[in-house]
Order: sequence, then C-alpha cells, then structure tokens
Amino acid sequence: MNERAAVIGVGVIAARPSSEHVSFKEMMFEAAQKAYADAGVDAPEIESFVTCAEDLTEGISIFDEYTPDQLGAVKKPMHTLAQDGLHGIADAVMQIRSGLFGLVVVEAHSKHSNLENPNAILNYALDPVYNRPLGFNPHVIAGLEMNAFLHERGITEAQCAEVVAKNRTHALKNIAAAYPMNLHPEDVESSPYLCYPLREAEIAKSADGCAVVVLASESRAKQTKSRPIWVRGVGFANDSPTLESRDWIEAQYIRSAAAMAYRQAGIKDPADEIDLFEIDDSYAYKELQHLAALGIYAPAVVTGSVGANGESCGTGKLAVNISGGSLGIGHTHEASGLYRLAEIVFQLRGEAGPRQLKKAKVGLAQSWRGVPTTSGAVVILGSE
Amino acid sequence: MAYRPVAIVGAGMTKFMRRALETPKELAWLAAKAALDSAEMKLDQIDGAVLGSAPDAFDGVHQKGEYLADGCGGWRKPYLRCYVGGGTGVYAIAQGWFHVASGLFDTALVVCEEKMSSCRPHPQAAFISIFDPITEQPLKPNLLWIFALEQNRYMHVHGITIEEIARVSVKNKRNALGHPSAQLGAEITVKDVLDSEVMAWPVHRLMVSPTSDGAAAVVLAAGDVARRLTSKPIWIQGVGWCLDTAYWTNRDLYYPEYVEKAAWMAYRMAGIREPRKEIHIAEPYDPFAYKELHHLEGLQLAPKGQAPKLLADGVFDRDGDLPVTPSGGLLGVGNPIAAAGTMKICELFWQLRGEAGRRQVPGKPERGVAQAWGDLMQVGTVVVVGTKQPES
Repeated sequence: MNERAAVIGVGVIAARPSSEHVSFKEMMFEAAQKAYADAGVDAPEIESFVTCAEDLTEGISIFDEYTPDQLGAVKKPMHTLAQDGLHGIADAVMQIRSGLFGLVVVEAHSKHSNLENPNAILNYALDPVYNRPLGFNPHVIAGLEMNAFLHERGITEAQCAEVVAKNRTHALKNIAAAYPMNLHPEDVESSPYLCYPLREAEIAKSADGCAVVVLASESRAKQTKSRPIWVRGVGFANDSPTLESRDWIEAQYIRSAAAMAYRQAGIKDPADEIDLFEIDDSYAYKELQHLAALGIYAPAVVTGSVGANGESCGTGKLAVNISGGSLGIGHTHEASGLYRLAEIVFQLRGEAGPRQLKKAKVGLAQSWRGVPTTSGAVVILGSE
Repeated sequence: MAYRPVAIVGAGMTKFMRRALETPKELAWLAAKAALDSAEMKLDQIDGAVLGSAPDAFDGVHQKGEYLADGCGGWRKPYLRCYVGGGTGVYAIAQGWFHVASGLFDTALVVCEEKMSSCRPHPQAAFISIFDPITEQPLKPNLLWIFALEQNRYMHVHGITIEEIARVSVKNKRNALGHPSAQLGAEITVKDVLDSEVMAWPVHRLMVSPTSDGAAAVVLAAGDVARRLTSKPIWIQGVGWCLDTAYWTNRDLYYPEYVEKAAWMAYRMAGIREPRKEIHIAEPYDPFAYKELHHLEGLQLAPKGQAPKLLADGVFDRDGDLPVTPSGGLLGVGNPIAAAGTMKICELFWQLRGEAGRRQVPGKPERGVAQAWGDLMQVGTVVVVGTKQPES
C-alpha cells in the first residue's frame, strides 16, 4: 500500500481540426495501442480504466458505455470522470496508492468537430435559472474575467498577444499540433475583438485528438522495460461555480490545486524547482492568470513581458507551453491536460526532439475546464 | 492485502419524489447537509467532495458536475464527479473509498443526485441518447423495451413465471411503507401487479420503478478519524466494479456476469468466501422487479435461476434468513438514477447501526452488500460494509 505511481506509457494522436475518417472509438484504439506498446504491457494486464468525458460533447449519454471495447477494458473495472484528463490522472494515482491496482489507464479525447453548434452546448453549462436566460455567448465570461484581471494586475493586452505568438510559434516544432503558425504579437493585436478585450485570435481553436496514459505502481513499473516518470504530486480543486460569487481576478482553483500538489512533491519554490510548465492557455490571458496562481509571479504585482522562448518576467527563463499549448496544439477539451502531461513525459525522457529542453527533470501540467467552470488540476512529474 | 481502513460515519438523503421544487443544487445540498449533520460535522472538516450523477440530459445542464459543485460542498476544495450510469450510486462510494484509502484525504463527502423531472414531457425519453447513434437509435428503443428483453430471456432460460417476479414488487413496496423518504410505498398484491398495464411484455407497470428527483450522501473517514467521530463507524470492507462490452446485443442476458465479477472483487477484499453465509443483509439494485432476482444470483446470494424460489419461501423477507431490500428499494423508495444506489448504502449504514426504525431487520446484522447496475445492462458496482474494522 501507498506505493508511489509512475507514468510508464503514453499514446497520443496528432491533433487535427477535424477527423472524418475515424470514429472516436478508432481514435481511442489507436492511442491505446501506442500507449500500451510504449509501456510494454498487453491490454489484458491492465487492471482498471478511467475515461474523462462529458456526455453533451460526445452526443451520447452515459458515455462510458462505449469505451471498454476499444481499450481492452471489457469485464474490467472502468468508470467515467466528468473532468479533465489530469483529474483522471489524480484518480488513477489514488487507485494505485490505495493498493487496489498496480496498472491503471486514463483516456480522454476530443471529437469536437462533430458539434454542429459548440456554443449552444456551452450555453447549456450556464446556470439555467440565473445566467442562461440572459442569452449571452459564454465566451463573454472570459472577456469579463480578462478585463478584470488585466485591470487589477496591470497586465496589458500586448502581453496577452505575446502569449498567442509564443505558443503558436512553439507549435511549429510539434508534429502533433493542429495550429502551428509563425505569429508575431502585432498580428494578434491588430486582429478583431470577440468580446473586449478578448480577441478571437486569443481563443484556442478546437481540435480533435485522443491521448491514453498508462500508470503503474512502483513495483509493477519495475516489471516493465519502460522508463518510469514519477508522479511527484497531484492536486485538484474547485472555486465557486456561480458567476456572481467567484474570484474574478485570481484562479483560486489553481492556487488550491497547486498547494495540494506542491505539498505532496515537497516543492517550496516552484519557479526554481520546476523545469517546465504546460499550463492552460485556452484563452491567452489564462496562461498569465494560471502562472500567477501557481505562484510563479508574485500575486500582488504581475508585470513584464513574455519572450519568444518562453521566458517570463521577473523570474528569469521559464519554459512555459513549449508544446505550443492549446493555442498551438488545438483545444482538445477533456484531453487537453493529457496532451500537456504527454509533453512533460517526452521532455523528461529526453524524447522531445526539436522541442527538447536541456534541463528537464521536473515538470508541471495544469488544466482548467473552461467557461463557465472554476475547476482545475495540477500534476507534477519527475524523472527521479 | 491490507488497506487503509475507511468507514462511513454519517448518512443523509432527501425525500425521493416525482417532481421536486428544489433545484438540483438544493437537492444535493439537502442530502449533503443531512449527512454532515448526522455525523455532527462541518463542511470544513471535509477534505474532498465526490459527486455521482448520471446523464446530464436529465438535469439539462452541460458539465452538470461543475454546476452542482457548491451543492455538494465542493467549494474551495478538491472535487470531482464520477459516474457509471445507474451503477453510480454505489460506485461513487468506491471512488470516495480510494480517495481516503490512498492517504491523500482523511475525510470525504460523497453526494449522489439526480433531478429527472426537468426533462419534459417525460424523462424516459432522454434515455434514447444512451443507445448507439448508428446501429440502435434509429430503432427508437427505450429502457422498458430492452429490460423486457432481458427479463424475458431470464424467465425463458430458467422457466420462471411472471407471478414469481411480481412478488418482488409486493415485498419492496411494502418494505417502503417504513421508509420516510419513499415515493411509492404501498400494500399491493401479486394480482395487482399482473393486472397493471403491460408496458413492454413481459414488464407490467407495477414492476417498474418511477423516475424521481432526489439526492443521498454519506461521509467517509479514515480509521482513526472515524473512531473519533462516531462510536458506530460502519466500515467499508470491500469495493468492486466491472464494465462489460457495449455490444449488449451479443451477450446472453440471462445472467449478469459483470455483477458476479464486481461482487467477487468486493468479497475478496472483504475476506468473504461464502457470500450466502457471510452476508446478513443485501440491497441489490431493483429498477425493475426481475432485476432484484437477477442481481441476487450475480451477487452469489442465490444459485442461478433459484432466486425466485427463495423469495417465495420468505428467505428474503425482512424477518427472513437473508433480508433483501429492507429499504423498499427503487420500486418502493424511488429511482433518481444516481441517488438510488446511495440510498441503498444509507440503508445498510442505518440497519447495521440499529437505526432503521420501522424497517429494522431483527437480530444483529454485522455485514451487508449494496449493488447497483447501469449503462447498457453492462456495469455492476458492489460495496460490502460491516461493523468490524478490516485489518490494516
């Protein structure tokens, strides 16, 4: 009991704007095959499975019904988490640390191209009594939050534009990215607003994709040839779901989730002890807001600029969203946390090719579930 | 194998009803508050909250888990939502169990909620979306249809009669008369059941649980914490869950193999070798009358095809050798999809502490099993609870 958990296998499908040639089942099958081969395990050996999905985005109710066959999970323990993939990782880690299972698989995917009217689905996430009747596009929530955050923290629109440029340019080196582009901040700053001060170009476009992750207990990991990447800490938390009573400036859900993960990992100075960060940038300003909540910027004052190589202000060089983030890879919704986790696994193993950082021993993946939620998770991985 | 001991220290639920005036959040809150109050605890003593709730299509809210977070106590706290269709109400307790057993949490609040009445004109219509969009939905199936297929297969393989199945409705609705939260407690006869309208042959109306609104919640705590909170912790001795293939059309529906596998996972953990002897109370999932019998066999509490005979012999009555569904079950108390399974967990909690009032089974039951079922006749979820702390 209470063995630590490791990631021993990862399988991802290249994110693409659409995927007419495959069903979600075929996407899951491909990613699972890759992950199991990477882990050096056969499907029958896997003891438990978690799928992270939301019914309304899948277009199917009780979505886990349609997951066991293509993962090799038939007649095995399997459940749905209506959460991001990183919550799924936390779930798997708890299953392993309880002593119940030694080999657990987490899956998440996006088939967003199937949605005829994604904003209509998002509209259903609004409080049906207080918010939905007002008839506003849910992205407005991000626009309002961005406005409040910029105002309170003294951040500029230019700094947000730099996040877009940085991440989409990083994606040029990522073969799994759907929206690589050699962008300059001026390109973004001259583009139209969707909802002041949020620009259309600052919103990560959806992409289809799938990621499968194999986790093992320490003793089980030793039985494979795979190089284990250790889970040093997991954290997840919610702030208020109600628009009217939440913190609009600080991403409290990440401050709480990070505290939980840092405590487990024994990390006191994240900027110093963590080599790379793959964090949610589904709206460009969120990258800056999430960094602050992770304790990377001082909470009271967030200033400076973000450089093209992921340098961030005041704290020296920091590798943030080297993968390209959701802006560059594409927003894969429930799978977005797993794409970030995959990047960290590749970096820590030295398998990140053209994106490889020189120093990559500890990495942090963070996710947020998008408007109108205040739900997020943090996973810290280490090569030792 | 020794696990960190985890106990249920408090339980609470709302009334189950056809149409609640409360919002989903309020339903969740009422159950969560009742569970906390029963343990004399405050929300800040809860390290993490777990919500179990089945399809978003009923409450009509996308990412329903996020919307329900505050009602479940998931404010500025670790919180997540899990589900496996109808199996959720028992599975969520397993999820809460490994939250605490992992060592990451010392206490957890598990809330299961469903508000089906939001779906108009009738919640049953929303179930169309659980079927395969390409191979099944064009046939316009519904649950009455497919469960009628399963019931018919079960009856055919074992030569079971409709009268034998109707007895389950009679027992459970009568048991529910003693449950303060019950929606459909009633004194009926086998003849009443058979005279009731045929919904989809061989399923009669009085063999079907209602669609309901309601919520139920339990508080879990690690061993030493549990003993400080209550003098009668009810220990989670085993958990199990098992999901079969989506292709239900290719399975022989006469026997729920996935329930058997889930049950043995839980029994093994609990050190149970002879379930029929070592389980004192059973709360199998009874959305339809035949399901109680079907599931009792999957739970190894009756030989295949024999559950109806044991029922007729009175073995499963409240004062029988193995009381089954003393709560009144889904048939009597109601069926808000996820909350129904948790209602069964609450029942075992109260029964094992001698707090079940008019429903109390005689003797001193020490161990019970709750089971739920869901998806496309596909998932079994099982939890064994008892008065004795597991070794650690």
